[in-house]
Amino acid sequence: MNKKEEILSLLESNAKLSAAELAVMVGRPAAEVEKTIADLESNKTILGYNAVINWEKTTSAPVTALIEVRVTPQRGQGFDHIAQRIYRHDQVKSCYLMSGGFDLMVIIEDKSLKDVAMFVSDKIAPLDSVLSTQTHFILKKYKMNGTEFHSKDEDNREAVVL
Amino acid sequence: MNVDALLSDKVKAIPPSAIRRFFDLANEMKGQVISLSIGEPDFVTPWAIREAGIYSLETGNTHYSPNQGFIELREAISHYMKRRFHLQYAPKTQVVVTVGGSEAIDIAVRAVINPGDEVIIPEPCFVAYKNCVLMAGGVPVTIPLRAEDNFVLKPDQLKAALSEKTKMIMLGYPNNPTGAVMSREQLQDLVAVIRDLPVMVLSDELYAELTYDPASHCSIAELEGMAERTILIGGFSKAFAMTGWRIGFACGPEPVLSAMNKIHQYVIMSSPTTAQDAAIEALRHSHEHITPMRDEYNRRRRLVVHACREMGLGCFEPLGAFYVFPDIRSTGLTSNEFCERFLQEEKVAIVPGNAFGECGEGFVRISYASSLENIREAMVRLKRFVERNSPK
Repeated sequence: MNKKEEILSLLESNAKLSAAELAVMVGRPAAEVEKTIADLESNKTILGYNAVINWEKTTSAPVTALIEVRVTPQRGQGFDHIAQRIYRHDQVKSCYLMSGGFDLMVIIEDKSLKDVAMFVSDKIAPLDSVLSTQTHFILKKYKMNGTEFHSKDEDNREAVVL
Repeated sequence: MNVDALLSDKVKAIPPSAIRRFFDLANEMKGQVISLSIGEPDFVTPWAIREAGIYSLETGNTHYSPNQGFIELREAISHYMKRRFHLQYAPKTQVVVTVGGSEAIDIAVRAVINPGDEVIIPEPCFVAYKNCVLMAGGVPVTIPLRAEDNFVLKPDQLKAALSEKTKMIMLGYPNNPTGAVMSREQLQDLVAVIRDLPVMVLSDELYAELTYDPASHCSIAELEGMAERTILIGGFSKAFAMTGWRIGFACGPEPVLSAMNKIHQYVIMSSPTTAQDAAIEALRHSHEHITPMRDEYNRRRRLVVHACREMGLGCFEPLGAFYVFPDIRSTGLTSNEFCERFLQEEKVAIVPGNAFGECGEGFVRISYASSLENIREAMVRLKRFVERNSPK
């Protein structure tokens, strides 16, 4: 892993690290690390800095569903055009082109089961190129983006080990 | 009846720890403090290794192994030593699997030392060395290492400590507590001093995989003429985060290993079977298991060294293990005072340097085997504490 990739992987696991801290951690001058990060942001290698949130601990936990969508690819545009028509909706949090039994995997978040179901039947299913949809509701999140949701962080080591 | 009078003189001769008070205090406050006082990885054993242990139990592998350990494991150790450190050990006669590195140190000393034999021990060092020698009836001859030498043993210091009674030299590099390593050239200088003398070297290389120098770890056994007189202690605890499994090994010349195995077979019988099966998996994919942890330690190491220097604590670059050993003499506090007050006032536990030998006085051991969040917060508190305690 080169320094650039090391910085990326550190930021991916903790976006709150400052350039000064990163510089110490990877053993490079702060100015160089600042420039590396700025370059990575401007060439869109770094697209954003998101927090990993367990919404279950709040009063406004959204409903998350994973939709398998089968579509007909369009001449000259493949899957990109239809994918775009789907992922532009704010409710769509992730959208992937897949190999296997279906084409697009769409992850949707909305306020309620009904909202999700309505969104699928109103906005996705009626699209011309969509052949079928199958909706799976997510019941519990165990791990997301490398973060475990229910891990116990306690240190059960002895107080002093020489 | 006075039961004390029945105790063995050897055991009674073991001095109480220099940091007993600190120990008690740290135990009392456990759970309420940030602990950078722990000499074991904060990582849990990598899942693939744990899974191999579970599978071992599942298949009913719950019996004794051969005394020296399963031959598959000894072969894996032999391959690993060759691959990583260019050392050749015959799995059948030159390897014994032990209950952690600690057992290996004990049986190595007992296999070699007669009452009255001198054992040279450079300090600061792991606390077991001296006491293992005392229990074997040997005479520890300590050498105080110097911060200005980056806690490396110098040939003139070794020469001055040698006598006709010297039987063994104990080396622990990468070092607990200082984090010091010894380069091939530095080891070569020591070898020049002892080459023609009838002494064994016990080289404790538990931290061999945790070095942060591009020139990776060099074992003294690699140097010409040294394999036949070096007992090399290795283990799984530090590199693979397997402390609780209690598994390590010793390699060395056949006569010594055979003598060590005599003790091992009567005292231990054989190392835990589950741990041996897990250790085989550890060695099979050693690089994948070790690299991510080592990279993480290295980043934390740089953070702690940088923080210590920024707040004005003298600190050489520790290139091994997971410890930083800063000089706290500028505060005018003793190591014990520093650590006790830091614990009480700022709720962070670090270890007084004198726990590892008198010459560790004036230093403290900070372990960076702790989460990044803990380390960041502890360094903020350390800075505050040092500022408060610096002479105006």
